[in-house]
Amino acid sequence: MATQHSRSAARIMISPAVGLLLIWMIVPLVLTVYFSLLRYNLLMPGTERFVGFLNYKLFFNNPAFFTALINTLLLVGGVLIVTVVGGILLAILLDQPIWGQGIVRILVIAPFFVMPTVSALVWKNMFMNPVSGLFAEFSKAVGLQPFDFLTHAPLASIIGIVAWQWLPFATLILLTAIQSLDSEQMEAAEMDGASPLSRFWYITLPHLSRAVTVVILIQTIFLLSVFAEILVTTNGGPGVASTNLTYLVYARSLLNFDVGGGSAGGVVAIILANIVAVFLMRMIGKNLDA
Amino acid sequence: MGRITLDKVTKQFGDVQVIPPLDLTINDGEFVVFVGPSGCGKSTLLRLIAGLEDVTAGEIRIDGKPATDLPPAKRGLAMVFQSYALYPHMSVRKNIAFPMKMAGMPEDEQKRRIDNAARALNLTDYLDRRPGQLSGGQRQRVAIGRAIVREPAAFLFDEPLSNLDAALRVGMRMEISELHKKLDTTMIYVTHDQVEAMTMADKIVVLRAGNIEQVGSPLELYKAPRNTFVAGFIGSPKMNLIEGAEAGKHDATTIGIRPEHIDVSPTDGAWKGRIGVAEHLGSDTFFHVHDTGLGETLTIRAGGEVGLHHGDTVYLTPQADKIHRFDAQGLRIA
Amino acid sequence: MARAVSTRRKAGYTIAAWIIGFAIFFPILWTIITSFKTEAEAISSPPSFLFFNWTTENYSTVLERSNYFRHFWNSVVISLGSTVLGLIIAIPAAWSMAFVPSKHTKNVLMWMLSTKMLPPVGVLIPIYLIFRDFGLLDSRIGLVIVLTLINLPIIVWMLYTYFKEIPGEILEASRMDGATLRDEIIYVLTPMAVPGIASTLLLNVILAWNEAFWTLNLTAAKAAPLTAFIASYSSPEGLFYAKLSAASTMAIAPILILGWFSQKQLVRGLTFGAVK
Repeated sequence: MATQHSRSAARIMISPAVGLLLIWMIVPLVLTVYFSLLRYNLLMPGTERFVGFLNYKLFFNNPAFFTALINTLLLVGGVLIVTVVGGILLAILLDQPIWGQGIVRILVIAPFFVMPTVSALVWKNMFMNPVSGLFAEFSKAVGLQPFDFLTHAPLASIIGIVAWQWLPFATLILLTAIQSLDSEQMEAAEMDGASPLSRFWYITLPHLSRAVTVVILIQTIFLLSVFAEILVTTNGGPGVASTNLTYLVYARSLLNFDVGGGSAGGVVAIILANIVAVFLMRMIGKNLDA
Repeated sequence: MGRITLDKVTKQFGDVQVIPPLDLTINDGEFVVFVGPSGCGKSTLLRLIAGLEDVTAGEIRIDGKPATDLPPAKRGLAMVFQSYALYPHMSVRKNIAFPMKMAGMPEDEQKRRIDNAARALNLTDYLDRRPGQLSGGQRQRVAIGRAIVREPAAFLFDEPLSNLDAALRVGMRMEISELHKKLDTTMIYVTHDQVEAMTMADKIVVLRAGNIEQVGSPLELYKAPRNTFVAGFIGSPKMNLIEGAEAGKHDATTIGIRPEHIDVSPTDGAWKGRIGVAEHLGSDTFFHVHDTGLGETLTIRAGGEVGLHHGDTVYLTPQADKIHRFDAQGLRIA
Repeated sequence: MARAVSTRRKAGYTIAAWIIGFAIFFPILWTIITSFKTEAEAISSPPSFLFFNWTTENYSTVLERSNYFRHFWNSVVISLGSTVLGLIIAIPAAWSMAFVPSKHTKNVLMWMLSTKMLPPVGVLIPIYLIFRDFGLLDSRIGLVIVLTLINLPIIVWMLYTYFKEIPGEILEASRMDGATLRDEIIYVLTPMAVPGIASTLLLNVILAWNEAFWTLNLTAAKAAPLTAFIASYSSPEGLFYAKLSAASTMAIAPILILGWFSQKQLVRGLTFGAVK
């Protein structure tokens, strides 16, 4: 396949992509690390100073940081649980013979294609609003006090919104995986006397475990960076109750104009994402060998 | 016009030397078959000649002119791939026209050649169809048509019949042979099927692990195999190879006798044995004989129907002038 | 599950599936319905579902008063622009990796994918400052550049998988037929790759249209696409649910339709081959 002629052509053809991504990776990353070692505030230009790891110390000592970190983990974990469990159940259901399967698929897939700002605002105003939202209407109808979701349970509400958006993704992936399960295997198990529950536990679930791992890893990468939903609903509040690491860095950098401190936070976020990325890359690498 | 010379051609993939230095001459108009077991390097060799792979060392000359550094397009060769490699988005006509279009040939000349090729290959009714709408044999012919219109110095075939069913294979084999007689152009044909090799070739090149074991006409290889590998590879069913005391009687380490050169009798003969499996085809009868004391199960082929069956005792006599002798290195003793 | 199942079972599954599907889709449905109500109707208690006076006044209001078309057009330009630019850069790269693989190919591919895993907040500040200093803030060009770079790994990856499905022998045949590299790409590769390129384009337009980090942080009134425009509705100024619904429906409708066609591409593009 490869000869001298095609090999040199190949090198030329791949260089723009590699070059651009290299620049995209290296330049901003280096700058972020550099800024994190400075005292640099956009409101006081010209007063930048090298301060070593001071920003990091301040960042870690700030109580908001730990709250943000916990919130980040809760957000990712909460969405993962809902989407993975819900996704498995939905995938199994959609795999059954039903009438109008195509339409049901569209209904279930749709939330993933709604832009995050729209879905967040729709949930915030038309469902969770304690005065005129649908949940409030429903509570009033059954005689309960309306619950102010975004004020009293901000993180949980955001988990709900984000989970609604990502459930289709998990369902689609897991449905694809289920449909790749060899039906003969299931039939053999049935001949061997396995009940539906046993068949699920011993055959379906192990087969799905690979897809579930992929869903978890990929969703985690993206969920660490949830931003728009927070910005548009609670702005991280009340206080920092619904602030995650991404929002904290944003607030520091673009609201407080603290470039130094924000950059330190950014480095922490990168390290966190890298941990997950290592596992995901290993899975992908194994796949590329296949 | 189509004389191809390989001079110490070597091919290495990383650390693995797939083809050690190899010399071969192919004369103009010859039908040469590269044959050998899987992984012997026959396809690699073909691709080196085609220019789809670079040689690691050595020289390739086409009609005396060096071709080692020429890209495939400039070598004047045409190739028929195992999977036919037709362009799925083009009609048959456009598929066949493609090489001429690449060469910038005037359209009326293109049309003339397409019509000729289509007539020769029975494709005239299919010219406007897409490959997806054709059967395997028809696709095969389109691939050949695409090669013919280039009027190349030589045709290269890479296991073209492997994807066809048995009946179709026999028919296409004859068509390719007839094509060769008509065009009188060099053809280099790669296959793992020694029946194809024997029936189609002017010259057979037997390869093993990148090495040429023997080059010769089909009958030469049949009658005088240079070593035990070629002896066992050419001819179906395989030649019986016997070592030990019996070989010693003929002053050799190994003797070989083809299944069709052993006479069968229920009453007397040189070797006695017991029939294991007996296959009665009507036209021939094949016996697999055990317990001959020669250390091997012998395969015998008898013409017509012979009424011996599983479990029967049988006497076998090899025809003396058809016994092949090989030394301790497996090489032929004259 | 290809066996014949009792009709009762099938009916049971069907009912369950439709109920759940309807529940999941409900927020979107509710938004669409609300967009046709008057503002007073939108917050009426109890809420009306089907039987009210349907009106299109919200759509006309949103389109006339706000700069809706400008932001819609921004979304179109940014999504299509970054996708096309991405394809131009990615097609040659994917070609070389799929058809002339070297021992580095796998690592290069994996490295490219890893750049997608970088949390955007980690480079927010430098990018913001660089854009500020180069006058790229609140510009469509700036956003096109950023979105091209963040989606380039996915475009390359998807094209790579589609190209790998093209039998290499067909390209070799074209080389034997005298095609130069340029001929090979124009006459053979591209026509065969068109479905794959179209799928990649589709998925990427969707991802770029919905992108809600850089579009929110790097734009203001001029270049803001729909994501940012809708976000500006987050501080409520009085009763406005119906108008919000109309704006939202218009913002999500194109992508909902495109999304329906792109389910398979979604699995291929976003699981990086780990699920077939």
